[in-house]
Amino acid sequence: MKRFHIRMGDGSATELSESELKRDLEEGTRDAAERAKIPPLSQNELAYLFDVYSSPARFVGVDRGNEVIFSYDNGSAKSREDITEIPLHRVQEAQVYEKFLGADIADFGHIDYSFKPVKSIVTFEQQALEYALLVTTVPMFYGSQPNLGSYTQPDGPCPNPMELLPQGKIAEARAAQEEMMEHAVKDMVYVVSAMYESGADGFNFDTAGAAGDADFLATLRAVEILRKKYPQMAMMVGIAGEFILGMHGELTYDGVRVAGLYPHKQLELVEKAGATIFGPAINTNTDKSGAWNVARAVTFVKPCVENSHIPVHANMGMGLSGIPMADCPPVDAVSRASKAMVEITRLDGL
Amino acid sequence: MGVGDPAGMASAHNTASGMGGMRTAGDLVARMQMSRGMKIKEAKEYVANKLKVSVSDLADPVVMNEMRDDLDIGMVSTSLFPGSAKGIEAKLRIAELLDIEINCVNKFRDKIGRALRA
Repeated sequence: MKRFHIRMGDGSATELSESELKRDLEEGTRDAAERAKIPPLSQNELAYLFDVYSSPARFVGVDRGNEVIFSYDNGSAKSREDITEIPLHRVQEAQVYEKFLGADIADFGHIDYSFKPVKSIVTFEQQALEYALLVTTVPMFYGSQPNLGSYTQPDGPCPNPMELLPQGKIAEARAAQEEMMEHAVKDMVYVVSAMYESGADGFNFDTAGAAGDADFLATLRAVEILRKKYPQMAMMVGIAGEFILGMHGELTYDGVRVAGLYPHKQLELVEKAGATIFGPAINTNTDKSGAWNVARAVTFVKPCVENSHIPVHANMGMGLSGIPMADCPPVDAVSRASKAMVEITRLDGL
Repeated sequence: MGVGDPAGMASAHNTASGMGGMRTAGDLVARMQMSRGMKIKEAKEYVANKLKVSVSDLADPVVMNEMRDDLDIGMVSTSLFPGSAKGIEAKLRIAELLDIEINCVNKFRDKIGRALRA
């Protein structure tokens, strides 16, 4: 019986029979459809995915004409001497992305990639960004994460909700998160304003919602304020995961409860707040096959693209949207996930 | 896109499904997404119309390298093209070509004289 080489969600190789591969594709799309209450992939789309995953080719790609735009997060801090032992300044790394790696939109940011630490050194960041903008041609985002966790004691000013919740102090935990949001919104508006005044083409709010519903809501409020302040600024909101965790549970934006939102509903609020690009992120399950993960990720992203009025750039970094959770993701897995996401959802970028 | 080693992530993704940035017209299409909120189809058609090429030419590195040379809007390799526009110079020309505002270009113009904004 013919067996197909398939990567698992952790990048390790396995072999599946035709029936096992078809089963994984069907179960992946069904899982997403049931969780988010969205349509599963059609039989034609599943047949397309079967062709992609049963191909013996080491590498696959989209059909000519289907190419999309690539934006990045933390793109200027992947090759530093303390990460990959290549002593490049991040301005040089942005140039590497531009000229060696074909980046359509470069990204610039601080190694911590969070608003709170950037705030205290913002003039240094402005100087570096201003220089980078002089020597690059492709558009450039400055990027940071809301990272509400950085506002908790002992490093931050607020009591830690993760310590309060196990003690049953629900009201105190909620109050702490509301206070954290106030700090985060101020920092986001401060840092983004500084970077835009320095010439950034736009801002990448990366991993929004990582600390739950308060994290996501703080981002929406900051985007809303900044849209009024800078009507022309591009703002990309990339999400931390497929589901907004209800760490607070009662927060709303424009009357919509934030906790529990799946990507197609996250999109509606991101659009309403005034963002320019939406970045859905679907978790990769390391215990399932790449086929299962990609069928599931594509099912989540497809209604986002169908319902959006702004470009959608799916987060397809390591461990997201069907990309294996491995430091060095195998190109057979990456290229299959890339092709499938682009050609089924018809999204605008990755 | 996200984290992961550049060879396995950025390079693999780009080869599989990317426009190619400055190798082609990827940066120009990206600017229309960012400045006008255009989705991919509309953004590609807008840029193709401005460049007077077909949409399929936008991701062709041979066609676009010649086009970028002719328009002097920045190229990946400039070793045979001394004097070609680089960095902010190229962006100034891109803003005019695409009829868009580019934030750092406007700030650069402010630095070198408001008269050039006209």
